[in-house]
Amino acid sequence: MFLDLTSDQEFFQETTAKFLADQVPPATLQGFADGVPADFEARYWRRGADLGWTSLLVSEDAGGGSISGRGLEDLCLIAYEFGRHAAPGPLVPASLAAAALGQAGTHPEALAELLAGTATAAWCHAEPSGGSLDITSDGGDLVLNGAKRPAEAAGRAKYLLVTGRLDGDFAQVLVPAAAPGVTITPLRTPDYSRDFAAVAFDGVRVPASAAVGPPGQAGQQVAWQAQAALVLAAAESAGAMRAGFDMTLAWASDRYSFGRPLASYQALKHRLADMATWLEASCAIAAEAAAAVRERSPDAAELASAAKAYTGQYGTELMHECVQLHGGIGLTREHDLHLYLRRVVLNRALHGTPAEHRQRIADHVVTREGL
Amino acid sequence: MSSESVEEFRARARDWIRATLGPASGYAAAGLNHRPEEEELAAVAHDRVLQRRFFDAGLAGVVVPPEYGGLGLTPAHQRALNEELGGYEWPSRFTVPTMSPCGAVLLEHAPEELKREHLPAILRGEEIWMQFLSEPSGGSDMAGALTTAVADGDDWVLNGSKIWTTGAWWADWALCLARTDWDAPKHAGLTMFALPIRQRGIEVRQIEMLNGARDFCQEYLTDVRVPDTHRVGEVGQGWTVATRLLFHERMQHNSPYVTSPADARQGTAEASPAAIARDAGRLADPLARDLVGQARTLDLAGAALQRRVAAGIRSGQLPDTASAVARLFFTLAQVRASEIKFELAGGAGVAWDETDGAAAGVGDSFLIRQAGAIGGGTSEMARNVIAERVLGLPRETARDRGIPFRDVPRGAAR
Repeated sequence: MFLDLTSDQEFFQETTAKFLADQVPPATLQGFADGVPADFEARYWRRGADLGWTSLLVSEDAGGGSISGRGLEDLCLIAYEFGRHAAPGPLVPASLAAAALGQAGTHPEALAELLAGTATAAWCHAEPSGGSLDITSDGGDLVLNGAKRPAEAAGRAKYLLVTGRLDGDFAQVLVPAAAPGVTITPLRTPDYSRDFAAVAFDGVRVPASAAVGPPGQAGQQVAWQAQAALVLAAAESAGAMRAGFDMTLAWASDRYSFGRPLASYQALKHRLADMATWLEASCAIAAEAAAAVRERSPDAAELASAAKAYTGQYGTELMHECVQLHGGIGLTREHDLHLYLRRVVLNRALHGTPAEHRQRIADHVVTREGL
Repeated sequence: MSSESVEEFRARARDWIRATLGPASGYAAAGLNHRPEEEELAAVAHDRVLQRRFFDAGLAGVVVPPEYGGLGLTPAHQRALNEELGGYEWPSRFTVPTMSPCGAVLLEHAPEELKREHLPAILRGEEIWMQFLSEPSGGSDMAGALTTAVADGDDWVLNGSKIWTTGAWWADWALCLARTDWDAPKHAGLTMFALPIRQRGIEVRQIEMLNGARDFCQEYLTDVRVPDTHRVGEVGQGWTVATRLLFHERMQHNSPYVTSPADARQGTAEASPAAIARDAGRLADPLARDLVGQARTLDLAGAALQRRVAAGIRSGQLPDTASAVARLFFTLAQVRASEIKFELAGGAGVAWDETDGAAAGVGDSFLIRQAGAIGGGTSEMARNVIAERVLGLPRETARDRGIPFRDVPRGAAR
């Protein structure tokens, strides 16, 4: 995804790529139609933590560490490989929760578990249409009421990092998934190796020390997490696009019709050229957005939305073209192409659709141009 | 000066730019400007003055070796200069096509004497260069050039016609692709020459485009004598030189030979989509904002892609032909942007006066929507290059390979 990798980053990415190819090859993923078995995922995730997946957004002081000093870009490399292998695992929610705990300097025990991969966390940010989550102070406690949906990986998470409104701004609270008043209802999703849930909070009471970052002043950290989630989704989609495109290129070269390879027909060559352009552009905008978000540069929000809008739209465009060029076999479950299609379909709508991000981008444009 | 660090250079450039240059005019030499000829000529004259100022300030030809009048610095220095130029005027005609692709290709292929004479003249603002490549008979099949050069003593005599030269009517010199051997296969019978445009034997005709612009030209060459010392590259190697022209052209504003604001919108002085939406009274309309967001997304993705491709080619991770990826994206994004602007203009796209502000004239621009996907190489050719050279897919069958060019089938149309 990035062209300017250090040799350490290259090694890091290759190590993860090899691990995923070995642990979750397409044949294994095809068996996950009803979800990833819990024991498999727990073991797999701990080994991923050993490879460094969980620590990248956490400073060394807090027990984490990145490969290049640019943690978000390092994590994007992993997200790209997750896309390229349609890999399971709560990469984004666990990373964002660990980042929040590390930055706030709270909950060292939970953070240690997240870093070790012995526990996972859900990033409970999105809200159902018309829903909200309110946090109130009551004595020394914080009380949560409302709903979060969809929450990735909440079903197996030990911790929930919950964003809510408090005193007109945001607060984030780390809630044990087993806390009284928390109801986690699994949802269905197109992606075999992802799981989502609806989480209801009915008078969930936690001590004030459960706050992650200053309660009622967490807007900035929430905004950064949301931007990071966008670039990670973009990077992951770019990886899935690469996998689908490579499969389709090989198919078009090997498949003969009317005595010629499909790839010799100009009508198809031109479509493959368009797809290559979308793919390169997806990598390019995802990489630039990742750098901007990591640097917290003033245009980070706009670039993150652009990366999400672009990879959302052209990710599915590319994958459906891959299906089209495969013909009927591309519509079947037995062919592996759908594994990557599922990932980009999911990522297109996760954390805001392309159209929603275009509205946000327009807001930035109108502000910048002083209109 | 060669030891000047990027940051020292940047600071020097910044001070000079702020003290010397005016604001960006909005106009670039895009070939589709529609304005009075006097205005265009005044802009050309101003570009010459500007280029001379850059030269006198020691800011011209950043990566050009000192023996040819340049600074002998690095692409990083050029990027620093371009970053500091944001919002300021720059001599666009000396940027593209004069310095890149023409100057860049002179550096790569011209004989020493030619380089020593003309590169400093370019950098001093004295010579604007053009490419004489396309021909009326050829379209995208540039290597099918019919313009012929015949050796006569130490000279060559050229006859034929070239077309789609932006601003040849005010330019000084050209790199001209001509056929020197009709018995060789198509690509092997070509040679590149440098020649002055304003001379007897070259007639320049301005072509009127759909929107009234008259920057594109056709040239008629009749017994034009070119000394062999003005040959650029070996005899029969013209296609190799031409492909370098195309390569540098595709690099556009990411070429290290190009001085232009890093954040400049390319193209004409057209208003932004958001400004058009405002002046059409649609800025609050979510549908209009979707289009504004879409145009901006394509801008950002396109700029990121340009940088990625340029970096990949520099580092060798991408083949030179990958520049066609950026080219294809850019052509499609321009087409889409034109459509978006027309959509945003609403009724003002149908009929307008000056009270329509940024929405005025968008209807005329939409007429030439395809210009960006044709000029500088069609999107179809970019797709061929990507499919065959970048992705390695089977090549199209061609009936002009391995046979003498004079035997290649040709249509009657010219």
